[in-house]
Amino acid sequence: MKDLITYLTALADDELVLGHRDSEWTGYAPILEEDIAFSNIAQDELGHSLALYSLAEALGSPSPDAMAFERSWNQFRCCRFVQYPKGDFAYTVMRQFLFDSAEQVRMNSLASCSYDPLRDCSAKILAEEAYHLMHTQALIERLGDATEESHIRMQTAATAAFAQALGIFEEFEGEEELVKQRVIVASKTLKDEWLSTVIPILTKSSLKLPVRGTVPECVPDLGGRKGAHTEHLSHLVADLQKVYQMAPGGSW
Amino acid sequence: MQGWGRMKALTQHTADEVWTALKQVMDPEIPVISLVDLNVIREVSVNGSDVSIRLVPTFSGCPALDMMRQNVVEKLRELGFENIDVHVDRTALWSTDELSDATREKLREFGIAPPVRKGTSLAVTLMLPVECPFCRSKETRLEGEFGATLCKQLFYCDGCRQSFERFKPL
Repeated sequence: MKDLITYLTALADDELVLGHRDSEWTGYAPILEEDIAFSNIAQDELGHSLALYSLAEALGSPSPDAMAFERSWNQFRCCRFVQYPKGDFAYTVMRQFLFDSAEQVRMNSLASCSYDPLRDCSAKILAEEAYHLMHTQALIERLGDATEESHIRMQTAATAAFAQALGIFEEFEGEEELVKQRVIVASKTLKDEWLSTVIPILTKSSLKLPVRGTVPECVPDLGGRKGAHTEHLSHLVADLQKVYQMAPGGSW
Repeated sequence: MQGWGRMKALTQHTADEVWTALKQVMDPEIPVISLVDLNVIREVSVNGSDVSIRLVPTFSGCPALDMMRQNVVEKLRELGFENIDVHVDRTALWSTDELSDATREKLREFGIAPPVRKGTSLAVTLMLPVECPFCRSKETRLEGEFGATLCKQLFYCDGCRQSFERFKPL
């Protein structure tokens, strides 16, 4: 039970933190349609974090609000990838694409999850996520080789984001036990599937990656699943919790 | 004491009556369709003055959910129930494919193009022609996969030169 709570918390933290980063584009995105798109994506990710925290709550974890607003930043278990500042729009698009592709692979794998509530929840998340992936993949394909500047920006984003994205697949604490109970599929297996999905799409978009075939040749950015975070997370969590901490437990 | 017990018994409602009453609770953002039309009320069980409801969110991140829940509670209180339990089930699937033709027509009359029924591929579904809810022209195009709320997308009609929204097929 403890292992499953840890796992659900890590997934929910990924969604919450990335959703917060996406929301930072509200009012600032380069064009109105993208402002609307990333505000929608942010809201979806927050919804998914709420669904996953609720599953953990049913197993004895604190409430979703307590998880989001009452924990210290070093208690989060999100990967480091979602913690980095939003960067330019190219980095935002690249991160969202790499993350959502990974989420699609994960949620697909949970269709055979032995824990029914998580299996059902993954189907709901998958249906909503389809819109994100379609949107960011289309942007990658268009911006990858549209103009010289768009190519340079997308290439810079791909170079920075790829090693970070591998951190999504850092092993969870207690993962072995969950794999044995057929609750989840091993992170290593998911990573291989993800690599074989994203590499062709990025290559086709004229982007170079630090890989040989489908084997990464870069140091993955690990630590988040064990609580070894970037300093960026401390600022993000302070921002996220600021209003709540003025009147803890207050109702609005 | 016995008298009070009997009076309570007289004001009790059946599950069917609760379903009928919930047809008057409208979606907070699309006030022409009820929560029953929207297929978010999944179970009603009544036991004397206790009632319990299973409520399924449309999109996981829909911010109207709390208002829906509150409006359901108010309606049930109006009916005289004392112990009201509205359980939010975040794991159940919700799909626009379940919306009835009558509900789709209400959406159209309200000015929102109804969702098409989803095929096997979302990309293909989104390429199907969409009829403008105002002038019925099919000369329309998708302006953005996203819209002003999670459940809508932005379209433009070349027939009447107006923007309109379409309920997102989910």
